[in-house]
Amino acid sequence: MLLRVVHRTTYQYTSAVTLGHSQLRLTPRTFHRQRTLSSRVTITPGPSTRRDWTDCYGNDAIYFTLEEPHRELSIESRALVDVFVGSQLPVNDTQPWEYTRSVLRTPETPEAIEAQAFLFDSFRAERSPEALDYALPSFRAGISLTDAVRDLTSRIYRDFRYDPAATNIHTTTKHLLGDRRGVCQDFAHLEIACLRSLGLAARYISGYMLTRPPPGKVKMVGADASHAWVSVYFPERGWIDLDPTNDRTPGDDYITLGWGRDYDDVSPARGLVLGGGGGRLAVSVDVAEQPANLGRVPL
Amino acid sequence: MNDAVITSVAEQRKLFANYRVAPNVYDEALTADGQVRPTWQRFCARLEQVGLAGVGQRADQARRLLRENGVTYNDVGAPQGPDRPWELDPLPVLIGRAEWTALTEGIVQRAVLLNAFLADIYGPQRLLREKILPPAVVYEHPGFLHPCRGLTPLGGRHLTLYAANLIRGADGAWCVLADRTQGPSGVGYALENRIVISRTLPRDYESLYIERLAPFFITVRETLRGLAPRHRDNPRVVLLSPGPRSTRYFEDGYLARYLGYALVEGGDLTVRGEHVFLKTLGGLMPVDVILRRIFDEDCDALELRPDSSLGTPGLMQAARFGNLALANAAGSGYLEAPALMPFWPRICQFLLSEDLKLPCSPTMWCGRPDDLRQVERELDNLLIRPAFIHQNLPPVDTSRMAQVQRQQLWQEILAHPHRFVAKRPDSRSTAPTWNGRELAPARLVLRTFGIASGDSYQIMPGGLCRVADPESSWGESASSGQSSKDVWVLSDGPVQSVTLLPRSTTAVELRRSINDLPSRVADNLFWLGRNAERAEAVVRMLRSCVVRLTSDLEPTGIADLVTLIGSLPAVKQSLVAAKGNGKIVAVESDSDVNPAIAKLREQVFEGIFNPQRRGSLAQHLHCFRDTATSVRDRLSVDSWRIVNQLRLEDALPPTPANARMGDVLLLLNQVLNLLAAFMGLGTESMTRSPGWRFLDIGRRIERALKILHLVRSSLVEAVEPISSLLEAVLEIADCSMTYRHRYLASLQLAPLLDLVLVDETNPRAVGYQLNALSEHVAELPSDSGLSPRTPEQRTMLAAQSALRLTDVEALCEIDASGKRMALDRFIDGLETQLLRLAEDLTHHYLTHTVAARQIDTALPN
Repeated sequence: MLLRVVHRTTYQYTSAVTLGHSQLRLTPRTFHRQRTLSSRVTITPGPSTRRDWTDCYGNDAIYFTLEEPHRELSIESRALVDVFVGSQLPVNDTQPWEYTRSVLRTPETPEAIEAQAFLFDSFRAERSPEALDYALPSFRAGISLTDAVRDLTSRIYRDFRYDPAATNIHTTTKHLLGDRRGVCQDFAHLEIACLRSLGLAARYISGYMLTRPPPGKVKMVGADASHAWVSVYFPERGWIDLDPTNDRTPGDDYITLGWGRDYDDVSPARGLVLGGGGGRLAVSVDVAEQPANLGRVPL
Repeated sequence: MNDAVITSVAEQRKLFANYRVAPNVYDEALTADGQVRPTWQRFCARLEQVGLAGVGQRADQARRLLRENGVTYNDVGAPQGPDRPWELDPLPVLIGRAEWTALTEGIVQRAVLLNAFLADIYGPQRLLREKILPPAVVYEHPGFLHPCRGLTPLGGRHLTLYAANLIRGADGAWCVLADRTQGPSGVGYALENRIVISRTLPRDYESLYIERLAPFFITVRETLRGLAPRHRDNPRVVLLSPGPRSTRYFEDGYLARYLGYALVEGGDLTVRGEHVFLKTLGGLMPVDVILRRIFDEDCDALELRPDSSLGTPGLMQAARFGNLALANAAGSGYLEAPALMPFWPRICQFLLSEDLKLPCSPTMWCGRPDDLRQVERELDNLLIRPAFIHQNLPPVDTSRMAQVQRQQLWQEILAHPHRFVAKRPDSRSTAPTWNGRELAPARLVLRTFGIASGDSYQIMPGGLCRVADPESSWGESASSGQSSKDVWVLSDGPVQSVTLLPRSTTAVELRRSINDLPSRVADNLFWLGRNAERAEAVVRMLRSCVVRLTSDLEPTGIADLVTLIGSLPAVKQSLVAAKGNGKIVAVESDSDVNPAIAKLREQVFEGIFNPQRRGSLAQHLHCFRDTATSVRDRLSVDSWRIVNQLRLEDALPPTPANARMGDVLLLLNQVLNLLAAFMGLGTESMTRSPGWRFLDIGRRIERALKILHLVRSSLVEAVEPISSLLEAVLEIADCSMTYRHRYLASLQLAPLLDLVLVDETNPRAVGYQLNALSEHVAELPSDSGLSPRTPEQRTMLAAQSALRLTDVEALCEIDASGKRMALDRFIDGLETQLLRLAEDLTHHYLTHTVAARQIDTALPN
């Protein structure tokens, strides 16, 4: 599916910011399931310095500084992405999930060795007895990894209420397990914590999904948001994505921006400023399907 | 020769009479059968000549020198207070040339190995791919910094400075106890120890051919200069310190001064584009190399710990794209993990194809199943510590634990085995140490230092020895243990003397004015001046109150006292109550115990001693010491000694009721003398650099403000008779002498106002302060050519004109409300100008001291 995304972020400050340093991860990544046909990130006011580079996970990153006083900063990212294929759980998976755990313990392939980087705690997705307790009912002995992760994803979907008011950037998985309410990033961090507690490798995916309006309604422009889900390592098959917020595997209607151990590794924008007073943040995201014959027009 | 040795053996009975080498312990000086080892013979022979009394004298002398040089260890939370004096044993540890050469080879190999290790683990990770290292050792470690993966430091070298903690086992072989790779502490103390010891033992020092330390520091400077990506002729190297609250601060200042680098904190640096700059009064100066003494994760809040303000946002980017050399590179702190210890032999084989020359102290990492089982078996006699982040704390000694505690610990280990390492109690060598009465064996840890040089490393011929009682358990920090020792590497022949001062053959460029004063330092000096002057003003005020409380009070005297006390900010809240009483007091003043006077006494005491009270002397002195600490590297040793004496804590009377007013008066006089001495040293010893100007500006602004405050609070309201109040004002303003000289005994308001406000020749008058300020402001660095006058200069001109044009007689008039409103308005105007000056200066020169903050981010949902 050919998808076009426009992601605008605007900061308005009550007093002038005199110096700002920022990092962006807003360029969809090209990998075996998708190709970024074109992408452009526009920063206003024009940054004093800008550098596009590749971070340690292979994601496209942008570093920029603003060295002139400014009261507003807007970042607009536009991209056209060809998503070839969605993520699919293996069919007829008969291998018990414990097999994956043992492969990760004594890996033989370079891929499995690399996957080990995602076995351990990160700041927002730490292994814990609580996460393990929550995960275990889905991981009975001998059950296949496919069935187990599908069940775990569904249970998170059923057991937790989607509630943007209940969460903030500092919500921890322990807190979430008590409160049972949160948003996509919380569910993703919880599922990652569960999988790592079991000795499996899991990573955090930052991206977007195409939302379709209810039947008969017109889609609202800009009403989408950035999204997050998880990816699980399967020996021989590689990384397979799951979306606990929507209880599904991401299809070709999902755009991947990048991945890391958790939100901190791939947050779309982070930065430090001098001055600024109180600030106001406005974000709008719009994902739309692009008819194939228009696919190659410039942005 | 033989005779000398025989005498020494005989004499040594006296010196080592009660010295017992413990069984199964290697002693540095004596063999198991009590013979002096060959390396020590010459030294011990010299020692015998001075005898025990002589050693004691040298110990005292060393202590005195260290106190005089102000050598301390900033040990927050220590019982002796935060600034603990540095302890140094008068006897060094001696190591022979041959042994040292062998040891050095091992340390060099280890430094090379550690550097290669970093290059691999932040690069291709062959160690993981080939399964030399289990991934948990890498990824479980919070000090393994993912953003550093793929980041190749300038010149490809991660490790520039290195320190190894070594111990010597019973068999006499050295082994590595720990590695230190984050701006290792101790190198400055090692240098200071050497300086002090060489002064206490000058003749021994000459005769023994001791290797000098200076060549090591010359290499440090050459290596750091060589790292610079640009300005290769004259790169700017700075020493990045965590600041005065850090345990390392003394050494940071010491090293910066010795090596000739600017001592900076994270807030002094700024990244513009992908380059680092130092914020100075003269503008932004490019920085090429950072000698980093802050921890890895604090370097850059943009990429590493987001809540840390010790570093500078953008630093990593500057390093990533080759515009900045960090020594050591970010991420090198990972090497300090005790969990790595068991793996070094294999890592060495893998990376260098060599055997480890210097073995590691045997360590069990509970993340390995075999080690975990071993730990379980030996749990009743092990030393347990965290596997990843070392905390500079002594390890947990399970042999001293109750069974219940031990089981709890075991459960903790089982829950997270990879987080713990265990060691068997090690045997450490002993060396003769002065215990105040005689020589006694103390166990030692030797910290050695290396600096990259070419493709290899140069090791400091010497080091820092920490010693402690054989019984005490201790950590691995540069300050652990009880005392330190100098380390002498004995050369075979005379040692050439080297100095860090420039050789005479290279012409030094003469520099008079140095504009690269960091803005933060200017800011701190400005506040140091203000705080010193504030403290002085409060002392003078309090002293006048105390004088009046000690003398027999006339009824009018009480009223004056109430007014005076009322103008102390510390007692403002109770002013209303006291004033209400004032009238009653006047009537009842003949009674023996006057409750109102008791109340005033109490107020004055609070104003002096209560550190919680806003504006009290205790609080002012606290602020003063705090600011002084933050610019300690700019203060002379003499000034620092005065700062140390300016504390009231030791002089605190039990209660106001049973303290003698006379004693309090003496104390206040003493404080005043010390403050005067501090200011005098500043005036007489500091070069007229921008730093001195900011110190003096702070002091002048504050003095002018204080005089204005005094005049306003005591003289705007018309009180009769006025003469005793005028006398008090003159006394507090330190103008009594001048006034009497000029006007004899006739106390009148107009001449007083002229003397304390307008007179530009009176160093205590407002007019004098304005003149001084206006001169300072004209001399500060400015973007010349933009406008004829800076805002500060305009402000000063306005204030000076207002003061010069004023009609003093008119200020004395009392209006219908019974107040001198003209005086009030006039003071108000001057105050506004002075505050504006402070604001303008801050805005122009000092604003860069604000900390950056994180911007909000939108959550995905």
